[in-house]
Amino acid sequence: MAQAETHTDAQQHPIRLYLVVWGWLFILSACSYLVDYFGLVGYLRWSLILLFMMLKAGLIVAVFMHMAWERLAMAYAILTPPLALLVFVGIMVFEANYTLFTRLAYFVTGS
Amino acid sequence: MNEAAPSTLNAKVGHAPGWRGIVADWSSDQRAFKNVSWGKAMMWIFLLSDTFIFGSFLISYMTVRMSTTVPWPNPSEVFALEIAGHHLPLILIAIMTFVLISSSGTMAMAVNFGYRRERRTTAVLMLVTALLGATFVGMQAFEWSKLIGEGVRPWGNPWGAEQFGSSFFMITGFHGTHVTIGVIVLIIIARKVWRGDFDDGRRGFFTSRKGRYEIVEITGLYWHFVDLVWVFIFALFYLW
Repeated sequence: MAQAETHTDAQQHPIRLYLVVWGWLFILSACSYLVDYFGLVGYLRWSLILLFMMLKAGLIVAVFMHMAWERLAMAYAILTPPLALLVFVGIMVFEANYTLFTRLAYFVTGS
Repeated sequence: MNEAAPSTLNAKVGHAPGWRGIVADWSSDQRAFKNVSWGKAMMWIFLLSDTFIFGSFLISYMTVRMSTTVPWPNPSEVFALEIAGHHLPLILIAIMTFVLISSSGTMAMAVNFGYRRERRTTAVLMLVTALLGATFVGMQAFEWSKLIGEGVRPWGNPWGAEQFGSSFFMITGFHGTHVTIGVIVLIIIARKVWRGDFDDGRRGFFTSRKGRYEIVEITGLYWHFVDLVWVFIFALFYLW
């Protein structure tokens, strides 16, 4: 991370950088739309969707929001807490499977 | 005191690279974010809290979708449109995605021109951003009325699991509210930039303090975050 170039008052980068990132965001969005357009299914669909999602999110945070040029103490303070959401996802996957199991076991009779 | 320019703060702060630098910053007195102004740091912390709000919405959507015994409506078909005789799946959502990404692009350029003190260009780019944002909200209103006309309600819909409606209105409603607030803030700040408030040190109506061009970047952070949330909603709600 090019911390030596950090100068908060003037986040100066060439306009070209933003145009390139903009172009990539368009391409990635088009790709994720095509995943649906061509009706891909299963693990291929889900992995492609998540891949394009993470790439887009990374570009937006790193370049548009200037996180790539912020001091590490700041970047880590903001970027690590959302990882707790992954734990939350794990917990709720467990919970949802249990709910589904009880519904199938006790409530679903034919319909 | 609070208005000390970051560049002066910057000057007296050295730093070690990597983890040593992080530990040094966090264990120092008074300020952990050395060369980050309070405004920017507070916006980031707000955005972090907003991340958890949208994270919770998306997780609750995942939970109801995983645990329902009724088939989930196929979003590809629900959001399809007939355009010029062609049946296009999800086309409106795709257009909304491109509109929002474009608004992020113009916002990023507005921040850049703001720091170059080109206030007219900055204000115009911010207004273009606001216009694209308003377009997005308009298309969302169209989408909502179309779905409501087709009988989608928070408690049911014609195609499958009832939770579809509640998740949809909750998640896109909250996101649309964020976009609307962003459009209003953009217009307010663009007016100040156009008037030259940050060049002649005019004091704010509400805070009676002088503003700086950094407010353009802080507004931009919020705006990019709105786009960022849409990336996740698009992937997890519409495409999944």
